[in-house]
Amino acid sequence: MTGQILDFNLSTQLRASLRQGRLGAGILGLVGVAALTVGAFVARDQFFRSYLWAYVFLVGVSVGSLAWLMCQHLTGGAWGVVIRRPAEAAARTIPLLALLFVPIALGIPSLYTWSQPTTDTVLEIKQIYYLNAPFFLVRTGAFFAGWLFLSWFLNRWSAKEDRSGPVAAHSKMSRISGPGLIFWGFSVTFMAIDWVMSLNPHWYSTMFGLLFIAGQGLSAMSFLIAVLVFLSNFRPMSEVLTARHFHDLGKLLLANVMIWAYFSFSQFLIIWAGNLPQEIPWYIERLKGGWQYVALIIVLGHFALPFALLLSRDLKRNFKLLATIALFILSMRLVDVYWQVMPDASKGGLAVSWLDLAAPLGLAGIWLASFLMQLEKRPLMPLNDMHLAETLEHGRE
Amino acid sequence: MKADIYGVMAEFDNPTALVNATRAVRDRGYRKLDAYTPFPIEELNDVLHLHKNKLPLIVLAGGILGGLTGYLLQYFVTVIYFPINVGGRPLHSWPSYIIITFELTILFGAISTVLGLLALCGLPMPYHPVFNVPRFSAASRDRFFLCIEATDPLFDKQRTSGLLATLEAKEVSEVAH
Repeated sequence: MTGQILDFNLSTQLRASLRQGRLGAGILGLVGVAALTVGAFVARDQFFRSYLWAYVFLVGVSVGSLAWLMCQHLTGGAWGVVIRRPAEAAARTIPLLALLFVPIALGIPSLYTWSQPTTDTVLEIKQIYYLNAPFFLVRTGAFFAGWLFLSWFLNRWSAKEDRSGPVAAHSKMSRISGPGLIFWGFSVTFMAIDWVMSLNPHWYSTMFGLLFIAGQGLSAMSFLIAVLVFLSNFRPMSEVLTARHFHDLGKLLLANVMIWAYFSFSQFLIIWAGNLPQEIPWYIERLKGGWQYVALIIVLGHFALPFALLLSRDLKRNFKLLATIALFILSMRLVDVYWQVMPDASKGGLAVSWLDLAAPLGLAGIWLASFLMQLEKRPLMPLNDMHLAETLEHGRE
Repeated sequence: MKADIYGVMAEFDNPTALVNATRAVRDRGYRKLDAYTPFPIEELNDVLHLHKNKLPLIVLAGGILGGLTGYLLQYFVTVIYFPINVGGRPLHSWPSYIIITFELTILFGAISTVLGLLALCGLPMPYHPVFNVPRFSAASRDRFFLCIEATDPLFDKQRTSGLLATLEAKEVSEVAH
């Protein structure tokens, strides 16, 4: 193979295309942000809720990518070398996301009923020990501190690996990834509890964190597949990627769809079977007033359709079709998070606001522009990865 | 008409030679061939075009059958034969059926994988002509074999043996029925 002579730097054509994409995403993002700014003044409560929704989704893509990156450093294997650079670029957007948390911090009084004084003695005890604004912010700070730490060192050592070979960096990256994944599991669990579950301070589900762990993995894998398919149109990745790589990634996507469905259904079954007054209202709220149709869309679009399609071997090896499904799943992730975040506030039933268009447009536009900027900064394959040769042989005779 | 031999077999001492030879004979148009190796060689699947077979369809059918069995089993028991009111829930409480439905989907899928595999491979097979070649026992140790069967339309005892001999084969022998 041509492993030694291949140049993994971005071709000028790709660079131009990325710039164009960045410009487009940036403009759409600014339009969205402008609309959001107006919304923040004219529809304050709705603004915070729409913002939280889009934000939780985007954190899933970035932090999920960080998790896949750590998985790759722990397990090795040819499938993961091709996602390393896009995943590293996505992880480098975490500082931006930390900054974008500011509106949510300001929105605590509007978003979370636990921030208001209460006469409910159960909630009062929760407020003293857990659900209060200072501790909430400390916890969020801790999540970001951990994610930033992992993202910073994995990216730093990865650059070092490019410069001076795998001996210098490989063992460091795999050693940090084990504890890193454990931290990811805990941080995402508490993130789900704090940011989303506490929107209804009386409701609890021990499954909730796992739902977001699976959701982040799914969002990130869908995003990374879509990015790789885009990159496969240009040098150098057109020389690297084969149907075999996408077959492997497609299998992981299918596994993720299934594990997400498994967690979601487990939570539903347990609460449905228990039928307890402190648990069941969460589902009752989400299965009436128009929300039942959203739930149906999620069951069909987030599970049944992608599951049935991804069973096919030929489809997983077809670049364009796989990317279409990945983007479709990504849009379903948005719907799913919407169904989790919104119903507690709109007691009158499903009511989509214009801010529900502005928030994902603004946040995703800005985020995507920043991601593309990061992606451009480094060669698209890790130059000295231990598995590089194997990856380049993967799927070739 | 039945040919007087089963086919001709070439012996190779390394997997690369086997893969190259297999590709060469396929390029010549031979289709009725099979390779025998002591361990799985991934490239052989590609070269022999072994990716397309009926097994996925059998597994899918088995899985669907299992799912239906699981669901209907519970439906008939809880709704038709023994309707019992549990906690005021409707008799047809589908969420509680899902686990068994899922499990039976897996079970039937797994069983049809095993049975389908055996059926497609023609197992159990108490007799196979390739064992008539004395050196063939080395296929489970350190030798690699390629057999072109006499049922192939292009098959010709002299010419096919000659072709195999040019392909780095250590030894070419006829396989008796």
